[in-house]
Amino acid sequence: MRALQRIAAVAQKEIRQLARDRLTFAMVIGIPMILIVLFGYAINMDVRNLRAGIADQAGTQNSRWLVSELVATQVIAPVRWAATAEELEQQLLRNEIVVGILIPRDFERRLQDPTRPAGQLLVDATDPLIPGVVSAIADIPFDPRLAAPRMIPRTGRATDSPLFSMRPFYNPEGRSAVMIVPGTIGVILTFTMVLFTSIAIVRERERGNLELLITTPVRTIELMAGKIIPYILIGLLQVTLILSAGVFLFDIPLRGSLVDLYVASLAYVAATLGFGLLISTIAKIQFQAFQLTFFVLLPSILLSGFIFPFDGMPRPAQYLAQALPLTHFVILVRGILLKGAELGDLVAPLQKLGVLFALSMTLAIARFRKRLD
Amino acid sequence: MSASAAISTRNLTRRFGSAVAVDHLDLEIPEAQIYGFLGPNGSGKSTTFRMLCGLLRPTEGEVNVLGHQVPRDAERIRSLIGYMTQQFSLYRDLSVMENLQFMGQIQGLSRRDRRQRIRESLETYQLERFEKRRPENLSGGERQRLALAAALLHRPPILVLDEPTSAVDPQTRRDFWETLFELIDQGTTILVSTHYMDEAERCHRLAILDRGRLVCEGEPLTLMQNIGATVVEITGPDLKAIRRSLTGLNAVWNLTQLGSRLHALLDPGIERPDAVIREVLATSNVEGTVVTADAGLEDVFVAATGRNRQ
Repeated sequence: MRALQRIAAVAQKEIRQLARDRLTFAMVIGIPMILIVLFGYAINMDVRNLRAGIADQAGTQNSRWLVSELVATQVIAPVRWAATAEELEQQLLRNEIVVGILIPRDFERRLQDPTRPAGQLLVDATDPLIPGVVSAIADIPFDPRLAAPRMIPRTGRATDSPLFSMRPFYNPEGRSAVMIVPGTIGVILTFTMVLFTSIAIVRERERGNLELLITTPVRTIELMAGKIIPYILIGLLQVTLILSAGVFLFDIPLRGSLVDLYVASLAYVAATLGFGLLISTIAKIQFQAFQLTFFVLLPSILLSGFIFPFDGMPRPAQYLAQALPLTHFVILVRGILLKGAELGDLVAPLQKLGVLFALSMTLAIARFRKRLD
Repeated sequence: MSASAAISTRNLTRRFGSAVAVDHLDLEIPEAQIYGFLGPNGSGKSTTFRMLCGLLRPTEGEVNVLGHQVPRDAERIRSLIGYMTQQFSLYRDLSVMENLQFMGQIQGLSRRDRRQRIRESLETYQLERFEKRRPENLSGGERQRLALAAALLHRPPILVLDEPTSAVDPQTRRDFWETLFELIDQGTTILVSTHYMDEAERCHRLAILDRGRLVCEGEPLTLMQNIGATVVEITGPDLKAIRRSLTGLNAVWNLTQLGSRLHALLDPGIERPDAVIREVLATSNVEGTVVTADAGLEDVFVAATGRNRQ
């Protein structure tokens, strides 16, 4: 009986403390809610509205009809128009589209020949899910309206060629390491950078160092800069490590320039450090910093396009993802490593990282006062 | 402001929400003296210190530190003040030398100044042997000397010590105070908060704070002479009974047991207080010996802070 009483006492104390620790309580409630909402709502394996570029070189009634049929499936959403396959490739490179639809000049003739594909799908194969999704529309049943009497509608018999041939770009073998490793650089950096910086400052507060520091002439901005610089170096070291492992162990192609990659990584590391500093101004103890890091890491992994295609997510999730540095870094690192893009092709994500860095730093500095009130 | 005041405040007030932590404080802290702040926890000592150092903005009132307005010139006075926090707040995982180097750099000392002053302070504070050791492996007294050395590295004219001796043994405390007097000789103004009476007695001047208000201020000796209460000491076989018989009397402001003695603070308006007490004991049929005594600083403290409480 005494044992029970003591167990009950400990349990009751534990529940009281848990209910008063708002952050832990938020984790108890928040993590399941975030996961269930993200997986059930934002993360949709039934991917729709892939950004598509269309090059309709045939320009016939049938080709237009085919395009409108493709759009009607809602798998694609046309966002760019092009005249040539080269233009579509450029758009893929710049991440303006993830799938290009090429309808060649001899489309009508190809339509009549069930052994030849009538068109081509140019697919960004750096994303794990998109090629699979696109393959579903490669062989949609298409019934040309203005077929000549002799013509047999294509029904997709086993011997026939599908309506579209698929050209997976940048990762033709569809190796998953190629899709996963570049984004992993970003995930690891998010985890370590946000956690290291937030803990670095919170630790000083916890141990009383900060109380001493604020009585000295050191300025907030000097303190923050001094805190950040070592972690930027650590971040770049980590990039080098993961990249080397990727290239030597997993045979990841390095198609773009190394300098571009480091510039992009620097921008990304800076932005994540800004987030880390911001967390450090909110958390009071190291454990809280760890908890808050988790709240950044989880949506980063799920919403950034690292695993699940960005295009497949509903609008609100896409807007939220814009606030996460990893979203932009995934585009940059895949572009540079796998597509051989230059920074000039990827100005938008780079700018967004800059904005996130500036925003998080401004907020962190505003929140971190050199006073105790 | 008098010419010799290092720090002066007028109407200094700080509220946290509806709670008043510091309530219209007027202080004149003279140069090159040890000025003590005595008060129970929550009396506003730390809050006052933080406002004087520009770490906390006053809700109301003015602070002047060596001719600088606080908080307006808060950044400028940082180099004029050496601050020793209540807790040890240097880096436990950096060596003694590394900590001093760091503080010297943060304070903007040149390389040559740093080298010279660190040498000097290692010697002055007997830390030479521990140069490479980390604070986590130092004794409480050694750690305290290190903290003091670090706070003084930039030679600030004002030294602020927030309960500096709450974690060290009595001998270390004595040594520490010797050091403070040497600093006074060099012209440093020292502000120290404490709740040890013996320490408070060593200060040149003393401010007693209670619930944010300044209840008493002056030289310790003067405070004890002008306590505004009479002190008697009672001994007897049954202190509990004595206490019972004296409790509730208007003339008795406070009763404190000191071992086998009972210390009573009485209304100074009463003539021949010892006789009055004897009479009370006799009527309650309690045995006891009564003698008048000199007021100590603790009595001053009790009279100043506890009068309305009993």
